[in-house]
Amino acid sequence: MQSEQAPNIQVKPVNKAKVNKLVRTAVLLGIVTLLEFAVAFSVPHEMATLRVWIFIGMTIVKAFYIVAEFMHLKYEVKVLIWSILIPMIFVVWMLVAFIYEGGSIFDVRQ
Amino acid sequence: MANTVSAVSPASSKKSIWDGGQSPLKASYGKLMMWFFLLSDAFTFSALLITYGLVRTSHTAYPGAIEDFKFSTEYWPIPEKVFEAVPFFHGLPAPLVFVGIMTFILILSSVTMVLAVEAGHRMDRKDVEKWMLWTIVGGITFLACQAWEWSHFIHGTGVPTMMKVFENGQWSEIPIIGAGLSANQYGPPDFAAFFFFITGFHGTHVLSGVLLNFLIYYRVVTGLYDRRGHYEMVEKVGLYWHFVDLVWVFVFTFFYLV
Repeated sequence: MQSEQAPNIQVKPVNKAKVNKLVRTAVLLGIVTLLEFAVAFSVPHEMATLRVWIFIGMTIVKAFYIVAEFMHLKYEVKVLIWSILIPMIFVVWMLVAFIYEGGSIFDVRQ
Repeated sequence: MANTVSAVSPASSKKSIWDGGQSPLKASYGKLMMWFFLLSDAFTFSALLITYGLVRTSHTAYPGAIEDFKFSTEYWPIPEKVFEAVPFFHGLPAPLVFVGIMTFILILSSVTMVLAVEAGHRMDRKDVEKWMLWTIVGGITFLACQAWEWSHFIHGTGVPTMMKVFENGQWSEIPIIGAGLSANQYGPPDFAAFFFFITGFHGTHVLSGVLLNFLIYYRVVTGLYDRRGHYEMVEKVGLYWHFVDLVWVFVFTFFYLV
């Protein structure tokens, strides 16, 4: 029964270079997360704007490596990459508009 | 030269890759649709996180020094003062340590997932089984951590926070301990509501990811993809799993760190 279920499967050996690259990406993600912790506990809370921008920068770095390497988007054709990335400008606009609106609501409430 | 080429295939020289008969994006239908689903899901999570930003910026921030921070429903709390508990270390303030552990668990399960995809490319069923199983274990561990965190958040710790309420025509103060959808001890009611919504929506994704991973694992074990001749389903469910990890990266930053 088992023999007829596995017709001529050719198992290839482990692609060492590829696995190493994936492990390196994972270590990098871990290091960036540790750096985020370092920033959270060393940069004083009074410097709120600086903290936020550092965190956003590090988040974008992590997001890039997850999407590019783990999700393999970097190696897809250009049209596919752009059709995923370009719609994200709506998110950027929503972020700008909503944070601005939040500040206005704050002013009205005071 | 040009003449001989066009004489051999007169149509192909004018045809663009978009004229049919080939796949311009060089991705299968299933993978492509998974990508566009994830794009729409990214919009949903963006909407939740950005609305959190709007509501937070419309509330008063904590004005004093961080050492004197106390919970109050009058201002938005500092997240690292809310999430500072770790299982088995009761009463020891360890800000963000537990959520850091959860982040590492999810990153690790993303690595095992990508190794399962790599094994699938090699048609190595044993390796796919091994890495899929580790991914499922990672997902379940993450869900268990989240269950503990929710339980701790709902039950609350320390002294109750007094909240002003308007009842029977007069203002009074009632003590609040723990958190619910209408009030919580950590800050304004919206704070806990957003915590439940954002981490809950992400947790639902992790749960469905674990279930999908298990379904694919079952099909790997029973040899469906060997008979089919390729392991592309592992790749598709892998895309979904990495997306869940990606969303957590953003939740971690915008809910816990900022």
